[in-house]
Amino acid sequence: MSAVRSGLLRGWKVRVGLSVIVFFVLLALLGPWLTAAVPGLDPRANDLTAIGQPPSAQHWLGTTQFGQDVLAQTIEGARGSLFVGFLSAVIGTALAILVGLPAGYFGGRTDSWLNFLSNLFIVMPVLPLILIVAGYMQGTGLWVIALIIGFFGWSGGARTIRAQAMSVSNRDFVLAMRTLGEPHHRLLFHEVLPHLTGWIAAMFLQGVIGGVMAEAGLAFLGISDSGAISWGTMIQAAQQQSAVLRGMWWWFVPPGLCIALVATAATLVNFGVDELSNPKLRTVRRSVVRRTRDRAGRASRADRADGVVGETRVGSDA
Amino acid sequence: MTTTETPAPARTAAADPPAAVRAVRRWGFLLRRLGFYAAAAAAAIVLNFLLPRLMPGDPSSAIVEELQRVSGQQVPPETLESIRAIFGDPDQNLGEQFLGYLGQLARFDLGVSVVNFPVPVSELVLEALPWTLLLVGTTTVLAFVLGTGLGVIAGWKAGSRLDSILTPVTAFLSSVPYFWVALLALWVFGFVLGWFPLSGGYDANLTEGFNLPFLASVLHYGALPAATIVFSAFGGWLLGMRNMTVTTVREDYVLLAQAKGLSRGRVVLRYAARNAMLPSFTGFAMALGGVIGGALLTETVFSYPGIGYLLFESLTKRDYPMMQGVFLIVTLATLLANLLADSLYVVLDPRIREQG
Amino acid sequence: MVTRTVHESDRTDTDLTDTDLTGARSASGAVLEVTGLAVEYVTDGDPVRACADVTFTLRRGEILGVAGESGSGKSTLITALTRLQRPPAVTTAGSIVFHPRDGGPAVDLVTASPRTLRALRWTSLSIVLQSAMDALNPVMRLGAQFADVLRTHDRSLSRDAAWTRAAELLATVGISGDRVRSYPHELSGGMRQRASIALALACRPELVVMDEPTTAVDVVMQRQILAQVLRLRRTLGFAVVFVTHDLSLLLELADRIAIMYAGRVVELGTAQEIYDEPRHPYTRGLRDSFPPLRAPLRRLTGIPGTPPDLRRPPSGCPFHPRCAARFDGCDTHLPGLVAAGGHAVACRLHDPAATGRPADTGQQDRAARPDRTAGPEGGAR
Repeated sequence: MSAVRSGLLRGWKVRVGLSVIVFFVLLALLGPWLTAAVPGLDPRANDLTAIGQPPSAQHWLGTTQFGQDVLAQTIEGARGSLFVGFLSAVIGTALAILVGLPAGYFGGRTDSWLNFLSNLFIVMPVLPLILIVAGYMQGTGLWVIALIIGFFGWSGGARTIRAQAMSVSNRDFVLAMRTLGEPHHRLLFHEVLPHLTGWIAAMFLQGVIGGVMAEAGLAFLGISDSGAISWGTMIQAAQQQSAVLRGMWWWFVPPGLCIALVATAATLVNFGVDELSNPKLRTVRRSVVRRTRDRAGRASRADRADGVVGETRVGSDA
Repeated sequence: MTTTETPAPARTAAADPPAAVRAVRRWGFLLRRLGFYAAAAAAAIVLNFLLPRLMPGDPSSAIVEELQRVSGQQVPPETLESIRAIFGDPDQNLGEQFLGYLGQLARFDLGVSVVNFPVPVSELVLEALPWTLLLVGTTTVLAFVLGTGLGVIAGWKAGSRLDSILTPVTAFLSSVPYFWVALLALWVFGFVLGWFPLSGGYDANLTEGFNLPFLASVLHYGALPAATIVFSAFGGWLLGMRNMTVTTVREDYVLLAQAKGLSRGRVVLRYAARNAMLPSFTGFAMALGGVIGGALLTETVFSYPGIGYLLFESLTKRDYPMMQGVFLIVTLATLLANLLADSLYVVLDPRIREQG
Repeated sequence: MVTRTVHESDRTDTDLTDTDLTGARSASGAVLEVTGLAVEYVTDGDPVRACADVTFTLRRGEILGVAGESGSGKSTLITALTRLQRPPAVTTAGSIVFHPRDGGPAVDLVTASPRTLRALRWTSLSIVLQSAMDALNPVMRLGAQFADVLRTHDRSLSRDAAWTRAAELLATVGISGDRVRSYPHELSGGMRQRASIALALACRPELVVMDEPTTAVDVVMQRQILAQVLRLRRTLGFAVVFVTHDLSLLLELADRIAIMYAGRVVELGTAQEIYDEPRHPYTRGLRDSFPPLRAPLRRLTGIPGTPPDLRRPPSGCPFHPRCAARFDGCDTHLPGLVAAGGHAVACRLHDPAATGRPADTGQQDRAARPDRTAGPEGGAR
């Protein structure tokens, strides 16, 4: 396990990805303290002397149509966005385990029903569905949004967990313990589940990113908490105030860029994990191969010049 | 050459089910899928029926009041009836209501739009649907073809310079939120450079129909939304296909294809890419199914007159009958697209026919 | 306990039905000459030498068996011989000279251009892989997998003619011709394997490389397949490099056998010689680790220890850490393959310069098998 972990950290993809994620998590945790401590960095204060101003020495990332500092809002937005991301990922992952694990372990009829359920959620158009549900619920806070995203976003993960649980459950040690009459809940949570931690971790990470993206998308479509600050609500406010038509790029570029950065970081981490778990994906750089080939070419040319190819030769007795 | 060692007949029979059995197996998979989609459609209809009834208050009365306020006249009795059928009738129990609702659907009566009173929802939906299918449908296919093609190249030459540049760049591109890319594109190419119109699906000054200026304006208006969809969707296909190709290229059958001395193109296309594409194709099927739902963001950014924009508008204007109707159509169309994609998959992968 | 003499006499009148045939063929010259072949796996650290200094000659129509444990470099040798290796495997030294049947110019496969190689592939040089399930494209009909190679190498062949030819080829290995419409997963394991042998012979190659083609099937099917290979070789006259971990199989099938250890050929001789008087202690160990098929039982002995880590090969003779007959210098001197007659061995026991006395098989025989000399039957000898 520790070998796996050190192997993970050696790859640049995982290291860079994790660093970016840690940076944004710290920003989310310490952001409010930062914006409070630094004067002029209040995300909610309206600077009436600077309305819709491009980046300047005073407002590094410019100001909004309401005279709010974009940098302060971006810092504050990390908290809102990551909050929704984490909460929805927790809910989504929990539901995925709840549905996928028994389906894969028990198989048979249990599997048929649970698999039907997750397939149903997979083929349903989730975004319109969320929109409708949110549309009926008037006044949505970040909590509700995270709940809805988590509730509708578990199906793909459940499918993965089911497939993995099925393969673990069919291994000899589980089958043997089942024959010995070990209770199901013990087998499920103490034997099968621990083997899935890698998958679950990867799923959770994807869930966080999916949650951040979904929150932004929903906010963009008008499903958001107008009082809260997140990257999504920032872009929505910019859209509502026609920032594009006014050329106020500094308003909607930073939050979108932050989302893109976090998502890329997660993709990098997943890449690294994939390469670790699937050695086939590890590729040798062509340059290294070429170097070896060149070296070999030189060596064999030298050999031939000496009139020797290899140190011994077996004569054919034909 | 004579065959002296013919295998024992029992062995052959075991591995060789009669043609009839094979046919049943082949259609069995499709039948099972058909059953699933029928069940899913039923679930979608029940969901559609239940959603407004689960909400607090009495939506149907609220809608009737709203209709009266908007139109300034008494709501005609048949409209009242259809709204009751869709959103709930306090005088009927749930069973009666459901039967009424099914009858309503059988007549394709989705109620009337509150905002566009008295235009029926079904009419608005049918008007918007072709725009979405045209824009999002073609671009989804285009993005798949482009991404898969590049993915095969990157995977076949894994470790090459092309691969080491293309792969991280697309990883970044596919991580960027779509609507944000669309906003940026709109700002740069629409606002700053002024190359493309900022909103709409065609020039409203032209007469709609099959005339050249109108079709040209459709292309002009559609170019930017189309480009943004392809731009942000092809990366995902590329990455998936690249990884599958890297894995598939090491399969023995690709090695054997090379050993056979087949041309490189044939090895790559018929052996490596053909097989590597299968998982991607499952994703493609889902993407096709998601076309209509996915149109939501694109059409909202560009105010494109498709079904996604219709849903968005109905939501912001609280036009519940339209919202409800659009959602039902979107769901059913999604299921249909998935079913078609599943059928196509059966043609592509002979092995699937014999499994669940 | 039985003595060796018993099963030797037992064996002479039973086995190797095809040896008489190869005797006639041996005059017809070489089809493949491999000289000093080395293959390395490129890594970020030191390269791994999977094959080193592999040298042998394959005669026309001959079956050469290559035997070794897993990790001995036999699979690497196959991809190197057929030029099918992919990075990180790289051929770093040596030559593989192919002599075409029609008397055309000899081709060094190591330096041949892709175009030259592609022309040689399947028409001169084909391959049967270990698992036919993996080697056949799962989503193509069997016939299509024959047709594409037939039509690639014979442009004038029509589609229909190619499919007809595919059905004929399947018939030669006892599969009904209408199976061309089947997908690989619709065939049984034995059928698939026979189909892939038929596929290998589709373009009448001069040389077929077989990578453990019978490992994935049951013993009955294994016998059938081997009999078919022998019969087809008799009629078609192709040469075979047959790679396996199963020495007992080779003893029945092959004309000559090469024993590989740690990427090197440590012994090369006729099947008879390898069975009757193995010279390398490793060959001896290999031979004694399975029961004879048609002789009275004898005690089975394995080989102690594990194959070496090719990233850090032992100094000197790679086998010395496991060798019971090692003596001074084995851990520093790497013995080369030295031929005496047709029988070559890379062991210092047989190198007069190393032992300081003339090579004598009988003496070393005892020296190489201390476990036997200690036993009761050793005393009897």
